[in-house]
Amino acid sequence: MFKIIGKKVLADNLFLMDIEAPRVAKSAKPGQFIIIKNGEKGERIPLTIADFNKGKGTVTIVFQTVGEGTKELSELNAGESVSDFVGPLGRESEFVLEDINELKHKKFIFIAGGVGAAPVYPQVKWMKEHGIDVDVIVGTRTKDLLIFEEEMKKVAKNYYVSTDDGSYGFNGRVTDCLSDLIKNKGKKYDHAIVIGPMIMMKFMCMLTKELNIPTTVSLNPIMVDGTGMCGACRVTVGDEVKFACVDGPEFDGHLVNFDEAMRRQQIYKTEEGRAFLKKKEGDTHHGGCGNCGGEE
Amino acid sequence: MNMEDRMKRIPVREQEASIRAKNFDEVCIGYNEEEAIKEAIRCLNCKNARCIQKCPVSINIPGFISKVKEGNFEDAAKIIAESSALPAVCGRVCPQETQCEGNCVLGIKGDSVSIGKLERFVADWSREHNIDLSDREELNGKRVAVIGSGPAGLTCAGDLAKLGYDVTIFEALHEAGGVLVYGIPEFRLPKDTVVKSEVENVKKLGVKIETNIVVGKTVTIDELIEDEKFDAVFIGSGAGLPRFMGIKGENSNGVFSANEILTRSNLMKAFKDGYRTPIRAGSKVAVVGGGNVAMDAARTALRLGAETHIVYRRSEAELPARVEEIHHAKEEGVIFDILTNPTEILSDENGWVKGMKCVKMELGEPDESGRRRPVEIKGSEFILDVDTVIMSLGTSPNPLITSTTKGLDKNKRGCIIATEEFGETSRNGVFAGGDAVTGAATVILAMGAGKKAAKGIHEYLKTV
Repeated sequence: MFKIIGKKVLADNLFLMDIEAPRVAKSAKPGQFIIIKNGEKGERIPLTIADFNKGKGTVTIVFQTVGEGTKELSELNAGESVSDFVGPLGRESEFVLEDINELKHKKFIFIAGGVGAAPVYPQVKWMKEHGIDVDVIVGTRTKDLLIFEEEMKKVAKNYYVSTDDGSYGFNGRVTDCLSDLIKNKGKKYDHAIVIGPMIMMKFMCMLTKELNIPTTVSLNPIMVDGTGMCGACRVTVGDEVKFACVDGPEFDGHLVNFDEAMRRQQIYKTEEGRAFLKKKEGDTHHGGCGNCGGEE
Repeated sequence: MNMEDRMKRIPVREQEASIRAKNFDEVCIGYNEEEAIKEAIRCLNCKNARCIQKCPVSINIPGFISKVKEGNFEDAAKIIAESSALPAVCGRVCPQETQCEGNCVLGIKGDSVSIGKLERFVADWSREHNIDLSDREELNGKRVAVIGSGPAGLTCAGDLAKLGYDVTIFEALHEAGGVLVYGIPEFRLPKDTVVKSEVENVKKLGVKIETNIVVGKTVTIDELIEDEKFDAVFIGSGAGLPRFMGIKGENSNGVFSANEILTRSNLMKAFKDGYRTPIRAGSKVAVVGGGNVAMDAARTALRLGAETHIVYRRSEAELPARVEEIHHAKEEGVIFDILTNPTEILSDENGWVKGMKCVKMELGEPDESGRRRPVEIKGSEFILDVDTVIMSLGTSPNPLITSTTKGLDKNKRGCIIATEEFGETSRNGVFAGGDAVTGAATVILAMGAGKKAAKGIHEYLKTV
């Protein structure tokens, strides 16, 4: 069992948990993920590591309630435990393996969309700890959904926020914000690291390709085991089929087939949605919405 | 007993095909006490028993069968326990026809003795009667780490614990058992009763099992030796990496590896109400491949309600699956499209599978494996109308462990190089066995390898 040491509600349907998992905390590196599962009937949910503390033996995760599994997870409180927590999985970010002096000569921009701020944070923190200054853009739909602001400000050289509705920071999407920095503010970047919803990563990669900035993305396909034994998470990168759980989750964004990746995310969409609605609405589920014909 | 009775085996009771095709309950019901004794009486109790020679863990077969004859099932269980930690599993999934039973003297002129079904009966009886099989020696103060809780790891751990070692198994998944829990379906090997209790038996010997530990990620073998002070390591991490064909359309929605379908169904119990993990089998399924895993995937898809085809490029005679499984699959209504090879997977405008382009094959000259090589028949292309494709083309070892352990040699197929006799690897104190060494093989061969490595580790630790 893995104890929940702390829990925070970051925004509507957005939760943070510190989980006691000393072995995972000891081995974790930026860019990696974990799989969490609770109870005999629960499913295995992959989540990128948002922070880790080797001393305390804790790993921080951030998740949005999108289906039944995450909903149930969000109902657990500090002091309670989850039955299974495995990791760190996947490869660490490439820069972790590079020469620090060379990294210092590169100008990095980290771009997070929505909950993507959580997995971007340990990467930016790693950079700060190794004396490397980097810029960060965090984009959200609206101000209330912005997370990790204080944390990020502490580790980023320049921190920019963009909101789709203009309620805070730059008014527009992260792509517009990056264009603005480069075209109007005279910024130059040698490498972009982009984490967020698949569609945001796709559009960001289209832009950075145009701007000729090498770009790394962190993919979040459907996973089951997370150790390379099923291929549910396979993605096409360049001409090759890769398993995101062992070959990734980070890849060269300019080589990823995003349309295929987005399409493959939909495989269980209806089942997930149905299961969730069924539970939420209980007996009223077959209320005759006019669409499903009252069938399962 | 007259000659005619001696030559015919006592039939084993099974669920009716039309009923079992709609449920996940075990197909084979097994012998009752009376049937088991009757079958046991057929055994000639050979002095130079040929059956033992072909059992990879050398169970004293005539010995335990004599006890069954007497109705002394407890002693029968104890005799089996001397050699095997997983008899309820092996009695069910071993290919006995090519092992013990294939070598039974009675098989020359009639039916060989149903050794597998008798082993299964004894193991089930001893579980139901809570027979204690946990005899072990005093702890000797030496610690062994076992990587993987599949058949090889469980066997190696069980044998070492009996010899007095302090053994910890590290398992990547949330449940112990390896292929026994994620791969082999419920209808061949019940999880809650059979697998769980065999794992419990290994724990009763004092073996500790840590789940959710991915060796190579959570902790490395070097760390286990240097920081956690294990005196020896056994790697039984299996061959779980699925192969795909590399044909066009293989990433369409609705193309799965057999491992994915089986893991969802067996480990995550997606077929059961109330379990969160979804599964999608579609309405018309093609399973590509002809091994036991292909049969398991096909029979699982069938039970989920799909019309199911096995698509195999050679002829029926070359199907690598067990005859019993092929027979069961056919009885349940799986359709066999043999001498057929997929060339492309077709998808609709939303990327979902809508068919599979195939070509008919004929058999040509034998290849290096000795099997006749399938050759395409020109102009025989056709489209198989399916909405789901399950690829069951075999698996290879996961590179995670070899790539994170210093000085551990592997061959070009990614298999760990280890000696046949004791499972010694290129690294001192590190042993390996099972599919991680041989590539995908059988449960019982993995158990045999686990046994040999346990001997090897025992010899090694006497010297250090």
